[in-house]
Amino acid sequence: MTAPGAGLRVEDVVVLYRDDDGTTKAAVDGLTLAVAPGEVVALLGPSGSGKSSLLRAVAGLEPVARGRVTWDGTDLAGVPVHRRGMGLMFQDGQLFPHRDVARNVAFGLQMQRVPRAERARRVAELLDLVGLAGFGDRDVASLSGGERQRVALARSLAPRPRLLLLDEPLSALDRALRERLADDVRAALTATGTTALFVTHDHDEAFAVADRIAVMDAGHLLQVDPPAVLWHRPSSRRVAEFLGYEAFVAAGSPVGRALTGEAGAPAPDALLAVGPGSLHRVPDGVAATVRGAGFRRGVVELVVDVEGVGRVTVVEPSGDPAAALPAVGTQVTVRADPHRVAVVGGYG
Amino acid sequence: MTTLTAPASAPLAYRRSAVRRGVLWALAAAVPLAFLTVFFAYPVAAIVGRGLVADGALDLSGFADVLSRPRTWRIVGTTLAQATVGTVLAVVLGVPGAYVLHRCTFPGRTAVRAFVVVPFVLPTVVVGVAFRSVLAPHGPLGFLDWDGTFAGVVAALVFFNYAVVVRTVGAFWATLDPRAEQAARTLGAPPWRAFVSVTLPALTPAIASAAAIVFLFCSTAFGVVLVLGGTGYGTVETEIWVQTTQFLDLRAAAVLSVLQLLVVGAALAVAGRARTSRERALELRVTQMRLALRGPERRAGDVAAVAVTGLVVVGLLALPLLTVLVRSFRTPSGWGLGNYAALGTTGGPNALSVTVWEAAATSLRVALDATVLAVVVGGLVALVVSRRPRSRPARRAVRLLDGVFMLPLGVSAVTVGFGFLVALDRPFGIDLDLRGSLVLVPIAQAVVAVPLVVRTVLPVLRAIDTRLHEAAAVLGASPGAVLRLVDWPVAARSLGLAVGLAFAVSLGEFGATSFLARPDRPTLPVVIFRLIGRPGAENLGMALAASVLLAALTAAVMLVAERLRAGSAGDLA
Repeated sequence: MTAPGAGLRVEDVVVLYRDDDGTTKAAVDGLTLAVAPGEVVALLGPSGSGKSSLLRAVAGLEPVARGRVTWDGTDLAGVPVHRRGMGLMFQDGQLFPHRDVARNVAFGLQMQRVPRAERARRVAELLDLVGLAGFGDRDVASLSGGERQRVALARSLAPRPRLLLLDEPLSALDRALRERLADDVRAALTATGTTALFVTHDHDEAFAVADRIAVMDAGHLLQVDPPAVLWHRPSSRRVAEFLGYEAFVAAGSPVGRALTGEAGAPAPDALLAVGPGSLHRVPDGVAATVRGAGFRRGVVELVVDVEGVGRVTVVEPSGDPAAALPAVGTQVTVRADPHRVAVVGGYG
Repeated sequence: MTTLTAPASAPLAYRRSAVRRGVLWALAAAVPLAFLTVFFAYPVAAIVGRGLVADGALDLSGFADVLSRPRTWRIVGTTLAQATVGTVLAVVLGVPGAYVLHRCTFPGRTAVRAFVVVPFVLPTVVVGVAFRSVLAPHGPLGFLDWDGTFAGVVAALVFFNYAVVVRTVGAFWATLDPRAEQAARTLGAPPWRAFVSVTLPALTPAIASAAAIVFLFCSTAFGVVLVLGGTGYGTVETEIWVQTTQFLDLRAAAVLSVLQLLVVGAALAVAGRARTSRERALELRVTQMRLALRGPERRAGDVAAVAVTGLVVVGLLALPLLTVLVRSFRTPSGWGLGNYAALGTTGGPNALSVTVWEAAATSLRVALDATVLAVVVGGLVALVVSRRPRSRPARRAVRLLDGVFMLPLGVSAVTVGFGFLVALDRPFGIDLDLRGSLVLVPIAQAVVAVPLVVRTVLPVLRAIDTRLHEAAAVLGASPGAVLRLVDWPVAARSLGLAVGLAFAVSLGEFGATSFLARPDRPTLPVVIFRLIGRPGAENLGMALAASVLLAALTAAVMLVAERLRAGSAGDLA
């Protein structure tokens, strides 16, 4: 890692937000976060959790009511947006309608007074990077949604920003495109070694793109960790719930012991989070009642009520095409896969 | 990685540049404010003072006197009736026109759309002359016996304002999502029901906005009424002129101006309300959808809409224009170019003091000055009002300016002209009589044209997403560079249209000019009005030829402006 203070530091920052009725609320409430040079951090949270406000405050588009935003130890307070050397990518691209693709990408370079020849070379390089080589003289109105976002990415990467801020850049796209573009964004960011803060409400996107994920809720930071740690060791029930875990059970309780079986729990007083994929059907286990069954992309999902635990989704590979789904009301027995149960950190 | 880290003293420098920016914006707001204070607020206040103040004390006896005259009430009644009927007819005819010309697609649509706007920019005097030649006893519609009647004036007003309804409602309709109506149809509503219960309510803000503007134009119409109305026919607007220039009763004129301001203020308030709700509704717009008039999408209502629009375009819009054109070639000695040859003369005995060509040259000169003034002032207004500052007081100030700058939209041109006469003999007590100078004419015309410029440029500037500014700023564009590289390229095209509109309006401006033009330097509309006021077929023929000349000049200006305009621009009103 690099020297302390290098990169972006957000220290105890408060960003206020004015409602239509004139009252002010804290969209970001005393939040502290560091992003090291070259690192990609995803800000994950439900809509309205203040992630976009934080992003805009870092860019200088929202005033910081309290706290400091620093880059390499230098306070950015008072530095206007256009002098921060950051990039920002919007959900809907916000391409300049009166400029073609190449001139959109060249905008930031023009602001840096990069010579024309160098500019053209860099634009071609960036368009190539985002998979749009040869699109330079296209009218932006003629692009598809995915192409627009690629141009927007190229445009924000072109001036080599010291920090790239991405505000839900893929949310407006359809699912298949989103998944593909998430990988492309990750590849482009690592290829250029760009430091990035990526706002999203989509877990898959955050896990696909980020080195570390910061979970935000109601203006506060709940947890910042690498994806694997976050997934297996959520710091609180709230984080686990937001990640999609469905039910919680004390490891030391009778049902907890029955679920984990011989493998046992990591610690008897731990709180286990159970979610889709945590349980599988076994001949002898904890009794459960099927409440619903359906197909999802090659798997069967059974929603079951586990006695003493609650409603959990059991995911099984779909095998025999002739086999019928279990009927609602069928009794089954389940057991937990110890590697697919998360241990909630806040407990014990 | 770039090193853009700011030097230690940077915050101070940034603060200084922010202060400089604040000063520049204040200046940008101050220039138009000063212009409108001196050349709009001050003259209007002077008129109100004339009506209300006598010997330094509040004196309402002028009101009591004027309001007790039966003549006043007859005139107020005529004004309101004329405006109401004109508005209703313009809306009833204009809504089908908006549908056909903006919602549907057919060959030649662009041409018809361009033609429909011609009357709006035609000088009022030309419109008056055109309708007179149609309705005169020997005209094509002479059998109606509408010459000099209420019906004739209303027909001319509808002719003039049809385009306002078509453009305002049409622009809105074109962006309306047809799927709402389609949803109603799949839920079992017959076409007329789906239209009445889904589309019509959605259009209401646009219709209300157009109606308020049309009412405003109808109630302040001057040239048309003066030329078309027979003896004894009068509106508040013409009565101000009559009281001033013929009875020399300035106090009565002042009282009438105050009355007129009240009517205008009410119509403007309604228009402002409707505009806000329309702009709010426009935020939800989708991409334009156009329906084919042929094929399976055609509905029974389409046929009716096409029929109504065809009738209006041919009977109401084209007929008067063609009549003027044809008649301009008829001289007392048969058909020929005699009337056009006479444009180089001063007409019959005692008709004119200059030749029509000289008047045309004066008109062009004045219109050029007025256009520069109107575009600079109006452009600054649009720029300032389109800003969305973060701080609350600044936001409030912008909203206030928005309202203030719209006031001249409703001012009657006659009030401006009369106000200049009253106020600018010794402006602010300075011993400087501006009335004899030719400067007042372009200034008055600019005051009349500024709201149109604002209305054309402002919607385009407002439609630029704030985040587009932010995207540019994040990429390193300073506030000045954002203006230059984002706002300017987008707004420049609408500025072309604004220039054209301002030029056309000042070319045809008659209300204010008729007060202010010096007798030895009349403009083209003033000359036309003088010619039709003189007896003799030669003078009428010359008036018709001069009208064709003025209409051709206006049309040429608008044609160039439409060329400059690409993509979308604001609505007419």
